Amino acid sequence: MVFLFNIFYQLGDSLAFLLLAAIGLAVIFGMMKIINLAHGEFITVGAYGTVVSGKVLNLPLPIAMAFGVLVTVIFGLILEKFIIRYLYGRPLDSVVATWGISLIVSQSFLVIFGPSYEGLQTPMGNFQLGEFSYSEYRIFLIFFALFLLSLLYYLFMKTSFGTLARATIENPSISSSMGVDVKSVYTATFAIGAGLAGVTGALYAPTMTIVPSIGQAFIVSAFITVVTAGASPFVGLVPAAAFLGTVQTSVTFFYKSTIGLIAILCAVILIIRYLPNGFSGLILKTRSK
Amino acid sequence: MKKIIIFLISSFLIVFSGAKAADTIKLGILEDETGNFAIAVVPKIHAYELAVKEINAAGGVLGKKLEIVRYDTQSDNRRFQEFARRLIKKDKVDVVFGAFSSASRESIRGIMEKNKMLYFYNNQYEGGVCSKTTFMTGAVPEQQFSTLVPWMMEKYGKNVYTIAADYNFGQISAEWVRQIVKEAGGTMVGEEFIPLDVSQYSQTIQKIQKAKPDVLMTLLVGAKQASFYEQQASAGLNIPMATSINVGQAYEHRRFAPPALENMFVTVNYIEEVHDVIKSGEFHDKSKDYVKRFRALYPNEPYINMESANAYNAIYMYSKAVEKAGSTDTMKVVKALESGISHDGPSGVVTMDPKSHHGSHTIFLVKVGKGHEVTIPKIWKDIQPYWLGESGCDLANKDDYSQYTPSNPPKN
Repeated sequence: MVFLFNIFYQLGDSLAFLLLAAIGLAVIFGMMKIINLAHGEFITVGAYGTVVSGKVLNLPLPIAMAFGVLVTVIFGLILEKFIIRYLYGRPLDSVVATWGISLIVSQSFLVIFGPSYEGLQTPMGNFQLGEFSYSEYRIFLIFFALFLLSLLYYLFMKTSFGTLARATIENPSISSSMGVDVKSVYTATFAIGAGLAGVTGALYAPTMTIVPSIGQAFIVSAFITVVTAGASPFVGLVPAAAFLGTVQTSVTFFYKSTIGLIAILCAVILIIRYLPNGFSGLILKTRSK
Repeated sequence: MKKIIIFLISSFLIVFSGAKAADTIKLGILEDETGNFAIAVVPKIHAYELAVKEINAAGGVLGKKLEIVRYDTQSDNRRFQEFARRLIKKDKVDVVFGAFSSASRESIRGIMEKNKMLYFYNNQYEGGVCSKTTFMTGAVPEQQFSTLVPWMMEKYGKNVYTIAADYNFGQISAEWVRQIVKEAGGTMVGEEFIPLDVSQYSQTIQKIQKAKPDVLMTLLVGAKQASFYEQQASAGLNIPMATSINVGQAYEHRRFAPPALENMFVTVNYIEEVHDVIKSGEFHDKSKDYVKRFRALYPNEPYINMESANAYNAIYMYSKAVEKAGSTDTMKVVKALESGISHDGPSGVVTMDPKSHHGSHTIFLVKVGKGHEVTIPKIWKDIQPYWLGESGCDLANKDDYSQYTPSNPPKN
């Protein structure tokens, strides 16, 4: 019983981290094809928005988190309007531009808030099971990550906005000639992606050291998860995160963290070699058969 | 015309800088003002400046003023190498102070040795550097661990678990812990080395719980690894932690929301709370005086850490040695430093050991409480850096340029 719960807790923890790391990027990179190297900085904005508002305005944590997300959405909207808008359909140029944005943002945080900022305490308590004790908040994160992803799946796959967004990104000129306001759809989609990265930052802010490079902790996991998820990120994200999480957790369990990190990267190499369309490609292929 | 102007300017510069070099002693400083390690390093930089200012105000050394030539190494080892060469070749400094991480130190130590450049490393570290032209003013494992580990084992129990950063500092420090635990009759119930990039610790925490240690040694480095503390507190790990690096360097007890560091024990050779906790006597007075002078110059310093005291002592020891040698020539200054130079610094007298080139220290055992308040349950006075000397490193009589570990001691 304890053993099974341990497996659930560790896999879930790893799954939640990969999913939440990737979720904003799944929209911006997976859907919109902007290779967003500033993804980590979006997470940083969300984390600082939460912590700073929590400390300075003394807001309760959930409201501070909402504030952090709001700040990230606004940040995303501004970036979209002045920079990203001109980079749709130019993936290589987006690499350079977003890399520049990431440097500017992280250095600005360093200048404004200094090398580190006092963190918040992790909410909720912990409970005991046999010889182990668990953080309730981390269990909450597992369920919240799954909930957020289903919400996103619903939004982009089942609502008319989702259809519009997918159609627009698939073929902007036809959508435009059909009367879709292409610009607004792009802006809204980008803002959602940014906001989701903000959610990740807000959720992990109370569990990590608040430094200007906090977002960097997520960026590798984010890209490998989105890449292994494949062309249709909302379909592939959960299996990709589950697969990578299992590889990392089991290897770390039997060996050590270093080998776990190596294993996850090897797994990604194998996936993109043998499943070039990622997990979503595999799923959609079996479904269409 | 253009060429003539360039010639004039450059000859002016040469003459000018030449004239300047003659009446100052140039101290090269390589420290991480920005990047990963900046939090712990900025107080060090300010301590160098404070010491130089005080010495210059008192008339300098050999009638010359001290002049700092400083580069920001950005917590990047390539920058260390680049700026080390620049300090030696272009700025022609007389001595180099600096480096925070052991990886940075090792990246420039070879350059210093090859160029016969006197080098001071002023940081607590994993110990074992036995080098003719290098001097270490920070605390080493035989000072921090041979005090801390037996004390913890006596108080909490003999089963010890180590988690350590996976690079030279963590590996060698863990080796020290292993050795001291064995000598004190304890058992290592687990050991994990963690890459610097890891920021999520649920699995590590569960592994620790499974092993049921009485004492957890946390030799974690950098901002990402520091996330461990919040995560272990929220998971309710509740095992006394012991370390040589937190609190005394990057003042985590001030920066993290309590109770993340509750029940952490650290051995330091100085922290700014010393005079608040110890109400009277030598340590109270010296610390209070140091903090007062420091804050007069840098009123907004967030924390005056132990490495600042090491940096401060290093400048004074160097100046005393130059004064004694009557010259800034590297080998003459080394000889003077090997004559048992000492300085009465922020935490009492620190004396340079001629054999190993390491300083003696007062070691304070710091305990972090529930609200992150600090107490000092134990003070060890005048702890010597004995290990290298006993194992056969004798720099005063035998040149060497190596780093040794307990499993790889000097060959006699």
